[in-house]
Amino acid sequence: MEPTNIEDPNFFHQVVDCQWACPAHTNVPEYIRLIGQGRYADAYMENRKSNVFPGILGRTCDRPCEPACRRGRVDGNPVAICRLKRVAADLKGDISSMLPTAPLSKNGKKVACIGAGPASLTVANDLLPLGYDVTIFESSASPGGLMRTNIPSFRLPAEVLDQEIAAIVDMGANMEYSTQIKSLEDLRSKGFDAIFIGSGAPKGKDLALKGRDEGRDRIHIGIEWLQSVAFGHIESVGERVLVIGVGNTAMDCCRTARRIGGKDVKVMARRPREFFKASPWELEDAEEEGIEITVNHAPKEIVLDDGKVIGMRFDVLSWNSDATKSEVVGSVVIDCDDVILAIGQENAFEWIERDMGMDFDNWGMPVVDEKTMATTLDGVFMGGDAPWGPKNIIWAVAHGHEAAISIDNYCNGVALEDRPATAMDLVSQKMGLTEWSYHNDYNPNLRQKMTHVELTKRFAELSLEVELGFSVEQTVLEVERCLNCDVEPVFKASSCIECDACIDICPVQCLTMTSGDGVIEELRLRLSAPSPNLDQQVYLSTKLAQTGRVMVKDENICVHCGLCAERCPTAAWDMEKFTLNLGYAGQVNQRVTR
Amino acid sequence: MPSIRKPLIPLAPLPVNELGLTLRDYEGGMSTLCAGCGHDSITAAITRAFFELSLPPEKIAKLSGIGCSSKTPTYFVSGAHGFNSVHGRMPPIVTGANAANRSSIYIGISGDGDSLSIGAGHFVHAVRRNVNMVYVIENNGVYGLTKGQFSATADVGSSAKKGAANETPPIDPVILALSLGATFVARSFSGDKGQLIPIIKAAVEHKGFALIDVISPCIQFNNHEGSTKSYHYVREHEIKEIDQVYIPPSGEITAVLPEDGIVKVKMFDGSTLAFRTLPPHYDPRDREGAMHYVNQARLRREIPTGLLFIDEDAPDVHELNSTTDTPLVDLPYESLCPGSGALARFMEGFK
Repeated sequence: MEPTNIEDPNFFHQVVDCQWACPAHTNVPEYIRLIGQGRYADAYMENRKSNVFPGILGRTCDRPCEPACRRGRVDGNPVAICRLKRVAADLKGDISSMLPTAPLSKNGKKVACIGAGPASLTVANDLLPLGYDVTIFESSASPGGLMRTNIPSFRLPAEVLDQEIAAIVDMGANMEYSTQIKSLEDLRSKGFDAIFIGSGAPKGKDLALKGRDEGRDRIHIGIEWLQSVAFGHIESVGERVLVIGVGNTAMDCCRTARRIGGKDVKVMARRPREFFKASPWELEDAEEEGIEITVNHAPKEIVLDDGKVIGMRFDVLSWNSDATKSEVVGSVVIDCDDVILAIGQENAFEWIERDMGMDFDNWGMPVVDEKTMATTLDGVFMGGDAPWGPKNIIWAVAHGHEAAISIDNYCNGVALEDRPATAMDLVSQKMGLTEWSYHNDYNPNLRQKMTHVELTKRFAELSLEVELGFSVEQTVLEVERCLNCDVEPVFKASSCIECDACIDICPVQCLTMTSGDGVIEELRLRLSAPSPNLDQQVYLSTKLAQTGRVMVKDENICVHCGLCAERCPTAAWDMEKFTLNLGYAGQVNQRVTR
Repeated sequence: MPSIRKPLIPLAPLPVNELGLTLRDYEGGMSTLCAGCGHDSITAAITRAFFELSLPPEKIAKLSGIGCSSKTPTYFVSGAHGFNSVHGRMPPIVTGANAANRSSIYIGISGDGDSLSIGAGHFVHAVRRNVNMVYVIENNGVYGLTKGQFSATADVGSSAKKGAANETPPIDPVILALSLGATFVARSFSGDKGQLIPIIKAAVEHKGFALIDVISPCIQFNNHEGSTKSYHYVREHEIKEIDQVYIPPSGEITAVLPEDGIVKVKMFDGSTLAFRTLPPHYDPRDREGAMHYVNQARLRREIPTGLLFIDEDAPDVHELNSTTDTPLVDLPYESLCPGSGALARFMEGFK
């Protein structure tokens, strides 16, 4: 078998599970170490480099990093990455001098962004420092997009939102609030060098049910209703509320309802719990507030009495084991005063003229390149929820970075495919014979539990933030749970004398010396410990001098304790910190350094 | 000495044995030996062999003398009984312990100095008595704890780290044990667990004295050019002509063995050892043949490894002394010490 090419940044990147899973590839272990050292501002800036909104995401991110976190495979619970991010944001202090700034002399290129949500703001964040003149068109009176209208303030305080958006806008973006773009063709004729569409998926799905029209006063579309609450247009709701759907928007709806008059709030789900779309922690938070989640109920009709909504009829379903087939086993009416439909969002592109040359697919969605964010229309780019439907903030940020690269390329006459290279640094962390620059001991701390404001208080005030954030004591315990997956055992086969010391000391038996012949699937069967996780790679050395075997490391559950390197008599193993250097707009190409 | 203890990882996907224990349950304290020491590999091999045999830790007694090797019982099976004796005095301690409690599993860890210099007198008698134990010599050819002087197993012509060559002829523990009537004699190499682990398992199951001479490079003082006990030298000069497969009593035969040229030895506990040997007519039950073979190989500067000799029918120390089947520790006090009346009657028999 071929030895592993560790010069390829993707190899070690994949070992850093959290960073690999994050759409924006935030350097999680690095900022967690910085938090551990009390360097909150530096931790914040490390975050901001890739995810732009650490304070917002530290409260609202969908956290793809956490299910991926190696700690979950080690003790069952991932590191509380997301809430540690919030710690950095909360305690960062004054960072104004560290924020990027725009140059006084502009480069003469004008870029328009449609929608002031996370995708457009990221584009502006990346392009303003390069001298671009960026104009953001926003239909509402304030920036933030769905971050402001859809995420209730008891989860994301307005000050946090305002502060992080200001860091971008204050670089000199031209903000055109309360300006709905009604025609792309019109906008295109206004002399912009490039246009970015970050208009989101702003249309809530409706449900065609008997009684839907008659009951329209008490039947609400989830995201529109949340928006009305956010802007103060709606201040109350009936005592008995049914929320239809069980995604994260449904959770925001039911918890909001609980705060503005809802006493008996039920979330109605068609499928069993293990098939819910909402994140487990959002379900838990809702249930903590007394929300009842009812499974296997499919909406059938709105029950009216003299034109007034009094309840809703559901089919009771029985599902097969993988919830692909169901049969109706009963029918019930559940009383209610209001119904909130939170069953999904759609995109709306009625303002894009279909004869301009932008291709749309059979489902009416624009054709957008997943790497470059380019539409088929020259100079028009798209990202966030707009091109592929609702995802989450961190994806919008990732799209924004890519779109900014494309726009920069486009404006400079560089091919869109010619993107700044992803590079890496790999630097030894050795400080002494058995001393490292990182804390290598495995810490058996359990995941810290977030403290919440007590129920009576939070129902009294709509905007009171529920999560209190980690205390310093909790932070200290939680950072130590991080396994420093970016500090890699790196092997130099030519130094190895095959003494077995590393293999004997490894606490998880992830090392093996064996023949390098055969195929990887068969080699996995020959390893010291079972190798059940095929998503994780196997690191193969070149042939060893004395026996011709190879050193094999199963990356699945290495805890990066460095004992292999400490017990190696010839320093064939070394602990080296891997830093992924992502390419951003305007970056000069970087190289791999070791 | 590592900066941290080897951590226990809750969900590490480690297999369990018949007792429901993992390999980690057979470990001991952190080694304070030099990084890369062969002794640590032997410790790891013992750990794995005991784990795979599903030995109850509380049935194991681990004993040693003095030296680098004799530190190592601390590093495996922390749940076992242990005794760290005076230099070279491990064999009589085991003999005594074994006399008192024949139901335990005894493993003595010694070095070339502990067994063949200061303790040579004790070593030879434990062999003669066929004390039922596993006797591991962690053989590195130097006195590591006193900075690398030649030991009694240093080959003629091998050089010390600073260059001086050894001129005193060595003691070969394998030849010595064979000549003393040892009933289980093996040689192995710390860098080859594939061979060492099955030998340790067979030694545990053997009834009687089981010697395993394990060449174990001293990374600090005897792993240089000119050494005949370095990782490199041993790998260059080792000949693995004698291969054995250990088949546990209840176990299925998973290894595929060609029938011709196979010698099978039935072990005391019902397990089987199957030998496949390359030297023509080599019979692991032929003491004279084994001695001749090892001597000849030595002249060719070859190091034959494997289980070189086994005699499963010889009486062990308890049979030789007609002791009771019940371990003495389990006998009631009245039987152990029947009183002055019984003594008087016994003495009467000599009149």
